[in-house]
Amino acid sequence: MRLTCVVNGEPREIDGVWEGESLLYVLRERMQLPGSKNACEQGECGSCSVYLDDVLVCSCLVAAGQVEGRTVTTVEGLAPTEDELHPIQAAFVEAGAVQCGFCTPGLIVATHDLLARNPSPSDAEIREALAGNLCRCTGYEKILDAVRSAAEA
Amino acid sequence: MEFLQPPGWREALEARAAHPDALPIWGGTDVMVELNFARTRPAALLDLTHVPELSRWESEDGGVRIGAGVTYTRLIAELGDRLPGLAMASRTVGSPQIRNRGTIGGNLGSSSPAGDALPPLYAAGASVEVASVRGARRIPIDEFIVGPKRNVLGEDELIAGVFVPVRDDAAQQFAKVGTRNAMVIAVCSFAVDVSEGRVGTCIGSAGPTPIRAREAEAFAASAAPEDAAAREFGELVAAAASPIDDVRGTAAYRRHALSVLARRTITWAWETRCA
Ligand SMILES: Cc1cc2nc3c(=O)[nH]c(=O)nc-3n(C[C@H](O)[C@H](O)[C@H](O)COP(=O)(O)OP(=O)(O)OC[C@H]3O[C@@H](n4cnc5c(N)ncnc54)[C@H](O)[C@@H]3O)c2cc1C
Ligand code: FES
Ligand code: FES
Repeated sequence: MRLTCVVNGEPREIDGVWEGESLLYVLRERMQLPGSKNACEQGECGSCSVYLDDVLVCSCLVAAGQVEGRTVTTVEGLAPTEDELHPIQAAFVEAGAVQCGFCTPGLIVATHDLLARNPSPSDAEIREALAGNLCRCTGYEKILDAVRSAAEA
Repeated sequence: MEFLQPPGWREALEARAAHPDALPIWGGTDVMVELNFARTRPAALLDLTHVPELSRWESEDGGVRIGAGVTYTRLIAELGDRLPGLAMASRTVGSPQIRNRGTIGGNLGSSSPAGDALPPLYAAGASVEVASVRGARRIPIDEFIVGPKRNVLGEDELIAGVFVPVRDDAAQQFAKVGTRNAMVIAVCSFAVDVSEGRVGTCIGSAGPTPIRAREAEAFAASAAPEDAAAREFGELVAAAASPIDDVRGTAAYRRHALSVLARRTITWAWETRCA
């Protein structure tokens, strides 16, 4: 099928999409947007988190055909310009919340969603909001630090 | 693969009738896992996310009718006051990403004995509304689900929604055992729904389908709200379960945990009603 949608503010038209493939596959393999990571393809790890029409979702669980006519925002679409970091990204770097970095894009998008809904979350609220994002490296403490400092910024 | 994307309910029913081998999809949180791992290759997908009728809920005489496409996030935000048990269960589902996308209709469609929306619906005595181009019917939920991942949905039918009775001053509770506070399939779960002269219950993830503990319900409906009665209620609930040993837990553990969950939840419900 031909898929027409808006990704990070740009209208996109992609031919030859298989309807049953995931949005994650479309982003990474057909749109050269490898920021969203593929770690489990079953909704468990959150590394593929994106916004679909302003709703935080796992892109591995959205069928390509379901994105027709919709708006997608990925981690690549959060920073104001090519050379700048979004304040949440900067907070992750500063706090040492990035080790191998594989989980980071998903955590950035999930944190972005949390702070948009709740600008000063409690620790319990941060944990709840990030419960669907797994990190095998950091032990999460630095991630919590990063979210707290992004919330204060 | 064909991809069918009806813009409304009538078109959806027509598409279903014309393509009985098409697999319905809303949130995709069950369907896409199957597709990603090539466990299923349906001839067609029937995407219901563009059907506005499915994403609505409305008050009806004696209760609330919830469209199949209402997500857990919305159940929590919009129906928490009227259906607290269902909202509690919804809060335990997956993660924010899963709750934003997964729907009550998808949970009914999957008909897993571990489906978390199901125990509160059983306890309330809900009925599932299914429809086809031939018409609509409402089926009591315990007749809709007939086995592990099996239900009576006809091949030309779709789930339109679910009707949940709301009773005056009802107290509802839901509790679930798992290894984490998020992202877990229930080891076992329990829902209770207490109103004047009526107690509804349901055991999750400890049998081929969710199970109502009828003896426990009859006992609690006339018992005085005391510790001894709560313990007896717990024993009756445990006796009604039919758990198995599996990777998530043993049958014996599930039975014990259910007696504890049942005792606690009925105590909380009684406290709410006395307050
Ligand atoms: C990481 C992860 C965590 C999860 N955690 C939980 C959890 O804690 N508790 C829990 O209960 N579940 C959990 N699930 C399972 C799943 O999220 C739920 O079952 C959810 O309710 C499915 O809804 P959906 O809209 O995504 O369904 P879909 O995947 O779109 O569909 C599910 C099934 O229902 C059918 N269907 C959907 N809508 C209709 C309709 N209107 N008419 C007829 N058939 C229909 C589909 O054909 C399919 O068979 C989890 C899943 C994942 C991936
Ligand atoms: S790749 Fe989507 S949640 Fe893991
Ligand atoms: S930094 Fe390596 S997985 Fe999180």
